[in-house]
Amino acid sequence: MLDISSHDVLIVGGGGAGLRAAIAVAETNPNLNIAVLSKVYPMRSHTVSAEGGAAGVIGPDDTLDEHAYDTISGGDWLPDQDAVEFFVKEAPEELLRMEHWGCPWNREPNGRVAVRPFGGMKKERTWFAADKTGFHMLHTLFQTSLKYNAVTRYDEFYATKLLADDGQVQGVVAIELSSGKIQAISARAVILTTGGCGRVFPFTTNAAIKTGDGMSLAYRAGAPLKDMEFVQYHPTGLPFTGILITEAARAEGGYMLNKDGYRYLQDYNLGKPQPQPVLRTMELGPRDRLSQAFVKEFEKGRTLKGPYGDVVHLDLRHLGEKKITTKLPFVRELCLKYENLDPVKELIPVRPVVHYMMGGVHTDTNGATPLKGLYAAGEVACVSINGANRLGSNSLTECLVFGARCGRAAADFASTQRAPGRHLLAQAVDEETRLQDQFLRKAGGRERISEIREEMQRTMEQSAGIYRSRDSLEQAAAKLSELQERFRDIGLDDRGHAFNTELVAALELGSMVDVAESIIQCALHRTESRGAHQRTDFPTRDDQKFLAHSVVTRTAEGTPAVNYLPVKITRWPPAERVYGK
Amino acid sequence: MDQISIDAVGRKEMTTYTEYPPKGYRVRISTYWWLGRWAYLKFILRELSSVLVAWFVIETLLQVNALIGGPGAYQDFQGFLRNPVVIALNIISFFFILFHAITWFNLAPKAMAIRLGGKRVPAILIALPNYAAWLVASVIVAWLVLRG
Amino acid sequence: MAEQIALEVTRFSPERDKVPSIQAFDVPLRKEWVVLDALNYVKDRVDGSLSFRWSCRMGVCGSCGMMVNGEPKLTCATFLTDYAPGPVRVEPLKNFPVMRDLIVEITDFLEKLSKVKPWIIRAKEKPLSEGEYLQTPDELDTYRQFSMCINCLLCYAACPVYGLDPLFAGPAALALAQRYNMDSRDEGKSERLDILSQHDGIWGCTFVGECTEVCPKHVDPAGAIQQYKLTATQEWIRSLLMPWGGKR
Repeated sequence: MLDISSHDVLIVGGGGAGLRAAIAVAETNPNLNIAVLSKVYPMRSHTVSAEGGAAGVIGPDDTLDEHAYDTISGGDWLPDQDAVEFFVKEAPEELLRMEHWGCPWNREPNGRVAVRPFGGMKKERTWFAADKTGFHMLHTLFQTSLKYNAVTRYDEFYATKLLADDGQVQGVVAIELSSGKIQAISARAVILTTGGCGRVFPFTTNAAIKTGDGMSLAYRAGAPLKDMEFVQYHPTGLPFTGILITEAARAEGGYMLNKDGYRYLQDYNLGKPQPQPVLRTMELGPRDRLSQAFVKEFEKGRTLKGPYGDVVHLDLRHLGEKKITTKLPFVRELCLKYENLDPVKELIPVRPVVHYMMGGVHTDTNGATPLKGLYAAGEVACVSINGANRLGSNSLTECLVFGARCGRAAADFASTQRAPGRHLLAQAVDEETRLQDQFLRKAGGRERISEIREEMQRTMEQSAGIYRSRDSLEQAAAKLSELQERFRDIGLDDRGHAFNTELVAALELGSMVDVAESIIQCALHRTESRGAHQRTDFPTRDDQKFLAHSVVTRTAEGTPAVNYLPVKITRWPPAERVYGK
Repeated sequence: MDQISIDAVGRKEMTTYTEYPPKGYRVRISTYWWLGRWAYLKFILRELSSVLVAWFVIETLLQVNALIGGPGAYQDFQGFLRNPVVIALNIISFFFILFHAITWFNLAPKAMAIRLGGKRVPAILIALPNYAAWLVASVIVAWLVLRG
Repeated sequence: MAEQIALEVTRFSPERDKVPSIQAFDVPLRKEWVVLDALNYVKDRVDGSLSFRWSCRMGVCGSCGMMVNGEPKLTCATFLTDYAPGPVRVEPLKNFPVMRDLIVEITDFLEKLSKVKPWIIRAKEKPLSEGEYLQTPDELDTYRQFSMCINCLLCYAACPVYGLDPLFAGPAALALAQRYNMDSRDEGKSERLDILSQHDGIWGCTFVGECTEVCPKHVDPAGAIQQYKLTATQEWIRSLLMPWGGKR
């Protein structure tokens, strides 16, 4: 018997942004009934992997305007400045709230919260908890959320479709993974906090669960996705696994060396090499510039050939064992456990890996999408505060600030709405039939999920990676169309109901293919280079035509249509992005 | 097993999931679980050692009782001690009591997170005084017993 | 490398099977591969119905805990070559009900976690305008170790008490309770005392110590529990001697 349960606010995704939103809703209106739905248990969410820190102005010589300027210029003038102003203002307060909730921030000897330098930030404003900030933040949020009786959790439920009535989003259809049962969950407001889609690429720091499900849910329901072409590469990931070696390793003084042992970043307008790290220069330059430097070194033949692709080296040996064990213990642990080497004595092989999606579901500064009743916050959303390139340590804060704003806005909206009716159950029945027909009961099916997925990933890396061109993107678009066709011919080995992870993998692949298509289309239409989007055929920034966000919407025929939305400029007129001064 | 049921708006729908025992399959724990790992066996032996400690306490009480009872009673007691079964039991008890004491001293620091100057005192520094006290007490008792 | 290793995995589908069974696969033996890579190889190329949990593959999300050759391990941090020439047997985490193949039911742990009140409890909250609660690095150090728990539940798989008595609160839940007890910002010690000093709370623990041995994050839950036993006993004696003194 298909079930419909109903709540006031439904949050899809239980990571940093989702849990913060849940708490915000509970505190804004204690009478509201909140559901947090996630395809994994909340403490497994990808927020847990973040290492470096969360930025918020706290120093006596630091100002909100400086944080804003660093964010805006780091984003190559694509961030919406009104959103950034809200962001920097609420950041310190959110981080302080986390401290009150028990987050074990690192401290100065006098007991005050400590901050560390971070790439792209001119002043020290990154709060950190050893080198496991995301882990501590997520567990603090999760454990604090257990306090609120108003929150019901749907753990290990996979949302397959947004329920909509008359253009208003009113819930989701979800699979209860343990039993395979389809359930309709209606709500007066739905918040998407499902994270990004790094798994569209082959080398990524992102966990297996980052498959762009929320972006796809919104896109299929008619919500626009924004700035999808801006994919951030993190310059230092371990080869084979893609595991991230935190920026903090460079902030503490690590050097990046090519195969000749040369600190090659000095050749790329990032300043002159100093023995100590200098903010915004050399190894502490912005991530996109460092990743681009890698590709250029590769083209010059100055990278090293590793068993899983080309790499350069990260050198931490000169920091000494004591500094490495106090400030970078996790980095040492990762190297020992996954690459079998000790950074105290050896060079770490690294390469750029996809790390973050600047783009996502288009929202306003309160997390509201153009679809009534649908909100989004965190990596899944694009407000945009990160613009063309995100500065390190802004995204954890983004989860908190916009998770909270979104929660409050959704709570206020939900209080004004009537409860959705039971007629939505019909949509859930249709969805159940679709899943049966397309996957579980389909006869035949010659394609394997993993093959289509790997081809898609290879295509994206080659054609829509760090450097793109019209040719490479058109090839990618054609390939992706082919993959979408082949996707319809997928055959599952697992036709059962109880915990069918293969069905989930197929649905995730469907999400990824949609998202990949939107990335390619946005990249194709933006004929300039800005931040993380670099076109070899259009190598300069073009503020005349492209000081705007790409907005891609699905048309009635199912094809992507790209338009532009001007960037909101308040106080900082666009200038050259300069580093190394 | 498929079910057909009527939903809220009266349409027939095919529900296609199977009803099965909820909450999963429980693997039965064997009665001999403690033989499965060396660590578990050590644990059980450690716990059993308290039985033999109790035996030793009873034996000491019997000895005290015999002392009170006078030379005759004490002679009977000594005869009891010479019984080969009792000798065997006492030898086994001796090793178990050693095991009991050593495991206790080694584990005690775990319960005591003493911090001096902000750093936790290493476990061995908490265990060592116990061993030292044991040594001193043993020396004193040995001297008392052997000098006569 | 043409080298292979035999991978034996538990298969169980509640719709089909009454009891779990073992199925064997041959997987490539590569130097860098962990057990999780072997499982993914089977799922991607051989049998897509093999079900297991995983996510971060860097030992921080806690999803991929399973029994590897009888030992509770994070499969993302266990090299295949450590078991060469094999076979490697991968089974679902012990002491939990098996839902499907290598996936176990963990809601029991989450209920116990909620019960111990793992959040900062204070009589009066400081307003945000007054800034942070001061906490020196030494004060942070007193509980930091216990805060490293990733909820992977390997400790529950290693704990024979939990295996025999599923009502026992278990190592991770108790260690997390102690993490908050030791946090200088928390004032909830006495509130947690009532919950923890029950028969199935700390007193269920007989200090086998295996939980600490298998913990991949060196949380030392056994230590946390024994320390708390000491504290709880001190509190009990105090309450006996000074019943009017009120709880601290």
